[in-house]
Amino acid sequence: MDGHVGAGSSTRLNGSSGVEQRKRQNINYGANDQIDGAILDVPNVVVRPARQRNRPTASQANAGAAGSSNNGAYQATNEELDEEGLKYGAQHVIKLFVPVSLCMLVVVATINAISFYSQTDVYLLYTPFHEKSPDPGVKLWNALANSMILMAVVVVMTILLIVLYKKRCYKIIHGWLILSSFMLLFIFSFLYMEEVLRAYNIPMDYPTTILILWNFGIAGMMAIHWQGPLRLQQGYLIFVAALMALVFIKYLPEWTAWAVLAAISIWDLIAVLSPKGPLRILVETAQERNEQIFPALIYSSTVLYAVVGATITESNDRSVAAIENGVQDTEEHASSSAGPARRTGNASNVVNDDAAQAAEGMPLVTFKSHGNDAGFTQEWTESHAERVSSRQIEVQASNGQNANRSTEYRTTTTTNRPTSTFEAQERGIKLGLGDFIFYSVLVGKASSYGDWITTIACFVAILIGLCLTLLLLAIWRKALPALPISITFGLIFCFATSAVVKPFMDSLSAKQVFI
Amino acid sequence: MTLPEFFGCSFIAFGTPFAMFVFTIANDSIRIIILIAAAFFWLLSLLSSALLWFAIVPLREYLWFGVIFSVLFQEGFRYIIYRILRRTEQGLQAVSENPSIIENKHILAYVSGLGFGIISGMFSMVNLLADMSGPATMGLKGGSEVFLITSATQALAMILLHTFWSIIFFNAFDVNNYMHIAYVVGTHLFVSLITLLNVHEMYLATLLPNYIILLATAALAFKVAGGSKTSFLRFVKCQ
Repeated sequence: MDGHVGAGSSTRLNGSSGVEQRKRQNINYGANDQIDGAILDVPNVVVRPARQRNRPTASQANAGAAGSSNNGAYQATNEELDEEGLKYGAQHVIKLFVPVSLCMLVVVATINAISFYSQTDVYLLYTPFHEKSPDPGVKLWNALANSMILMAVVVVMTILLIVLYKKRCYKIIHGWLILSSFMLLFIFSFLYMEEVLRAYNIPMDYPTTILILWNFGIAGMMAIHWQGPLRLQQGYLIFVAALMALVFIKYLPEWTAWAVLAAISIWDLIAVLSPKGPLRILVETAQERNEQIFPALIYSSTVLYAVVGATITESNDRSVAAIENGVQDTEEHASSSAGPARRTGNASNVVNDDAAQAAEGMPLVTFKSHGNDAGFTQEWTESHAERVSSRQIEVQASNGQNANRSTEYRTTTTTNRPTSTFEAQERGIKLGLGDFIFYSVLVGKASSYGDWITTIACFVAILIGLCLTLLLLAIWRKALPALPISITFGLIFCFATSAVVKPFMDSLSAKQVFI
Repeated sequence: MTLPEFFGCSFIAFGTPFAMFVFTIANDSIRIIILIAAAFFWLLSLLSSALLWFAIVPLREYLWFGVIFSVLFQEGFRYIIYRILRRTEQGLQAVSENPSIIENKHILAYVSGLGFGIISGMFSMVNLLADMSGPATMGLKGGSEVFLITSATQALAMILLHTFWSIIFFNAFDVNNYMHIAYVVGTHLFVSLITLLNVHEMYLATLLPNYIILLATAALAFKVAGGSKTSFLRFVKCQ
């Protein structure tokens, strides 16, 4: 596949022997550690210093070796610690907490500020029953029917995606994902902006609006599907997930929303864990092919793309290379963030040439969209798509040696010189955008009742559920569904809080009694 | 007086805890997780006490009943957290990037106490704060106009008290000091029950004793955590 081709050519181009490669790998691993540490403090992609940029291949390796001496120290200490993986696990939990919280924050703030999103007056095609009846029995029936229809759509779409993937119709899948993110970034952003402006009573003319939206949307499309700073991309993914969640909150009837949340987490459980579950098939297929699952649908805590400025200046045509390194657990790695096609499982293939990327026209590497497409009608497809992705959270291998082996990186090399920006990507945890969406739907729905206690209770319950999921992930080391535990906790706490705790707290706080 | 009051009261109640969070918790991922876990346990305790209060219909009018059981449940869950943290210490050491979390046992106590406090403060304040932000405030239901600011002050006291209580409580179980356990439960009961007087707007009678207890508890927690008069003086003089 592409990846192998790329690796081969780069090896040739670099003229690096196996030994050098190994060295390089070590270097990389060192770099990896540094980044691991650095990411805690510096919220940015760390790019290796430019000093290596301008050296020819041979000296490059030497320089790298020199550089690795101090990095080697990190490595050694790392290997001594068996729990390394778990430690990173703890950091990664936080790295997921932050985006999940941000996404929920956007949704909750919007719900509270803009009444448009908390009233349902228009309905989706998929929910033909509108729960107009005052009778709870009828409402329940409506909600169940609606959620069954929605789930059927989700299941069908998921299976469609799997079939496409099995048949290697990557172009179709990418086209689908691009189309859906295009709709979200332009149409839904426009609706959102319109409502924000209306809520705050700000007049704005169409040219300005179009200018803003155009820039926003195009930047988003580039960041998501092509390349851009990691933070920007993550920001767009979070925003898109929040928009999608708002759409659900807005257009799903009240009880249906709750029923869908419950149904989707059950589906999540089945699709990921059952032997013939579609998502499991997806993961296994991706493993067989040694490539990534749709990076598109996944938020990764640590996808690093480095855009190497140096390469641009070079005489070569391949202007910018996206580097992506994913350290993955070779054993279990199911999906990783970015470059779908060329995951090279073993260390020998680690060096990739961007020539391979360039060859492809649209580099898969950089392609990561979340799978939202969302038309009214389409959001389902997409939601399901992200569902798909959502189930895979991944954890990396914990032991150092394994990590060492599994370190993958891709360096971009131009034909005459390797620019070794080693970007190490740490072992990242991936969380599907679908999880973001449904977490946010739950919290947003809870906050739409205007009670902050319930909102906070849901928030804490979801985070704890996420923690437990990640703990199980560390224990089992396989892709796990992220929704069931969190959504169950969230639903329990939401209903228990609004029914029981809220009256209690209200009577306490009305009398200023503190417990 | 809506937005200024909102910000003022938020900062009174949550300014100090927020600073404590930023300077002592936020840098360590494992502490954040423990903080959230503690908050979750506090939620469980609240849920069980609210269920009890809700279930026993005849006593629902009597808040003191709910308060007493709520305090007992909270201390029960504090003990559960204590057991869990002590049992998983080895695992925590493996997970934490900072070994001091195990070496200094008070860190775990402090973190979980702060988690208890923050969530309890939030639950008591957050709806009030939402009301405060607009469209207008002037006491609730014709009540006193210092209602909101006293609530914020009391919430701050509760947050800090929870932190100190956890430090004392964890240590007391480590060294089997039953006096300290009794002190924690007793002062918690006292502090909570005395706030029943707030209904009669006797703010001086509630806030003053509570802050005195807060100071005493802080001193005790400081002592329990290994501080002494000299170390305090050294700290003050920045030596």
